[in-house]
Amino acid sequence: MSLDKAALLRAYRQMKTIREFEDRTHVEIMNGQIAGFTHLYTGQEANAVGVCEHLSDDDAIISTHRGHGHCIAKGADVMGMMAELFGSSEGLCKGKGGSMHVADVDKGILGANGIVAGGPPISVGAALAAKIRDNGCVSISFSGDGSVNQGTCFEAMNMAVVLQVPAVFVIENNYYSEHTNIEYAVGCDDLKARTESFGFPVFVADGSDFFSVYEAAGKAIAHARDGNGPAGVFAEMGRFHGHFVGDPEHYRAEGEVKDLRENACCLKNFRARMAETGDLEQSELDAIDAEVMTLIEQAVSAAKSAARPTPEQVTEDVYINYGAA
Amino acid sequence: MAEKTMRDAINEALHQAMAADDSVFVIGEDVAGCNGSPSGKVGEVGGVFGVTTGLYKAFGPNRCIDTPISESAIVGAAAGAALVGMRPVAEIMFADFIGVCMDQIVNQMGKFRYMFGGKSTCPAVIRFAAGGGFSAAGQHSQAMYQIMTSFPGLKVVVPSNAYDAKGLLLQAIADDDPVLFFEPKVLYQEACEVPDEMYTIPFGEAAFVREGDDCTVVAFGQMVPRAAQAIDMLEAEGISCDLIDPRTTSPLDTAAILESVEATGRLVVVDEAPPRCGLTADIAGLAADKAFSSLKGPIKQVCAPHSPTPFSPELEAAYIPDAGKIITAIKETMA
Ligand SMILES: Cc1ncc(C[n+]2csc(CCOP(=O)(O)OP(=O)(O)O)c2C)c(N)n1
Repeated sequence: MSLDKAALLRAYRQMKTIREFEDRTHVEIMNGQIAGFTHLYTGQEANAVGVCEHLSDDDAIISTHRGHGHCIAKGADVMGMMAELFGSSEGLCKGKGGSMHVADVDKGILGANGIVAGGPPISVGAALAAKIRDNGCVSISFSGDGSVNQGTCFEAMNMAVVLQVPAVFVIENNYYSEHTNIEYAVGCDDLKARTESFGFPVFVADGSDFFSVYEAAGKAIAHARDGNGPAGVFAEMGRFHGHFVGDPEHYRAEGEVKDLRENACCLKNFRARMAETGDLEQSELDAIDAEVMTLIEQAVSAAKSAARPTPEQVTEDVYINYGAA
Repeated sequence: MAEKTMRDAINEALHQAMAADDSVFVIGEDVAGCNGSPSGKVGEVGGVFGVTTGLYKAFGPNRCIDTPISESAIVGAAAGAALVGMRPVAEIMFADFIGVCMDQIVNQMGKFRYMFGGKSTCPAVIRFAAGGGFSAAGQHSQAMYQIMTSFPGLKVVVPSNAYDAKGLLLQAIADDDPVLFFEPKVLYQEACEVPDEMYTIPFGEAAFVREGDDCTVVAFGQMVPRAAQAIDMLEAEGISCDLIDPRTTSPLDTAAILESVEATGRLVVVDEAPPRCGLTADIAGLAADKAFSSLKGPIKQVCAPHSPTPFSPELEAAYIPDAGKIITAIKETMA
């Protein structure tokens, strides 16, 4: 699959934006500026970007509790996202949702989801709409290796096959669900085979390599878009942070994260590939790095000075308001 | 007597119950932790809130059982094991996740005894971390005990301090019916004196947290310390209140509530959940039905507004009732 220069630059920019967004979010949480529970996506950027590069605003994605990367990759406004994490009424969801519920329906982002495997059934619905409207759109659900043990995930996969809808199930295997390893939590040896046994093809990717994901996701999405029913993408990649910010990570092997950061970093991989092919100059990538740093800095300072919500806003956006309790 | 946090008190109850009875076991996501992980440190975690810490090391993999993320299967497995005589204590982490396993709780375990003509029991306990206060937003902040109270067949417990939590949990484990045990998560770190030995607190017996003459305040879970704070502040103004913590919402100690309302002539009910079809309406209805003639002022309900729980700290602070709102309600009913 060949990508033109603009596409390569965009892919790198997206991955870098996610990385900086997450690293800065980590800092701001440690500084006590961001409340709630936050799950960082660092290390998994290539997967979100490799999938979303195939999508337009008319295609849908559903994300997870670890959703920042998916949302940025799908085009969510970074300023609005940061303001949301800071709980501002100027945030993408007016401060009502926070990290775990970032959504931007106009961009086809049907919401990050705090319920593990809450997303796959919803994505079948969006895919069903695409089928009924016959508009060539696809619907993607991102979910983790832990989510595939949930009944909702099984039900969604089976129904997607039965209804022959353009749903793409992207399984991100980062080996852990919270503090439990996939080795323990998935009973069979071959999760890909188990997923395929629902009756659709699953394409495997190296989730730390943009090109690998781009290619696998391209096949899955083309399969679904062409009216052949659902498909899957199964990608493996490590996450660089804990399950949530503050996790002591007792489950890690010694040196595991260091090794991941050194050898399974999508940004390093991308740069190495560019050096090899000569498609992009390192200086072009450096320029993107600098632009992204500026953007994130702006997003954080804007979020810090953005309007705080007022108590009356609690009951806004509920279909019926019985007044203050 | 030693001071213990609610987290430690619950942990101690689990240790003691498991040591005392081989049929007690714990099951849930990460209740041990690190299973299958390359660190080899199985048993290092003890649940996301640390409540089951040390159980794996003390009782091993057969009695402290990590599961996949499969809440329906966790509850179903607890229900099935209980039907054949075990005493499982399942953990569903955040109470909001009841949404995923509602059928197993409500239609299965909650109805066995009745539908099987009283011939079977289901001595399972399901523990949840309940309620708001952590800016955890709409899917990780709900109290949920109010809605579960509406289902006959389930016993519902909401402790408000470490002492009660230990005694109520030991009672729950000994109880022959399915018990839903809601731990207000903002109270995990709160400590009070807790005996080292095992003791039980019977279900359906409210605690009188404060005693007074002017108004009855009924509060649940994390609202109990807030109501106590409000009542203590009013003391300076010469207002004294009964504060009743029902501790179990099913069975509910209606006698204690009615007795107090008849004595004070006033009632304020406080809960952190939204108002419609909730506990505050339930108890207001009870008093209006059974103690109307003794009322000297309007019954006041203090609860969250009718909306999902917001993320933003300011919004959540406006959402969950505080001492100020409770004081206002007490004054309104006395006006
Ligand atoms: C229904 C439900 N059960 C449990 C949880 C608690 N929880 C949040 S994230 C998580 C682990 C998810 O693992 P995985 O699907 O592999 O995604 P990852 O965190 O690895 O990205 C769990 C158990 C939840 N949010 N929802």
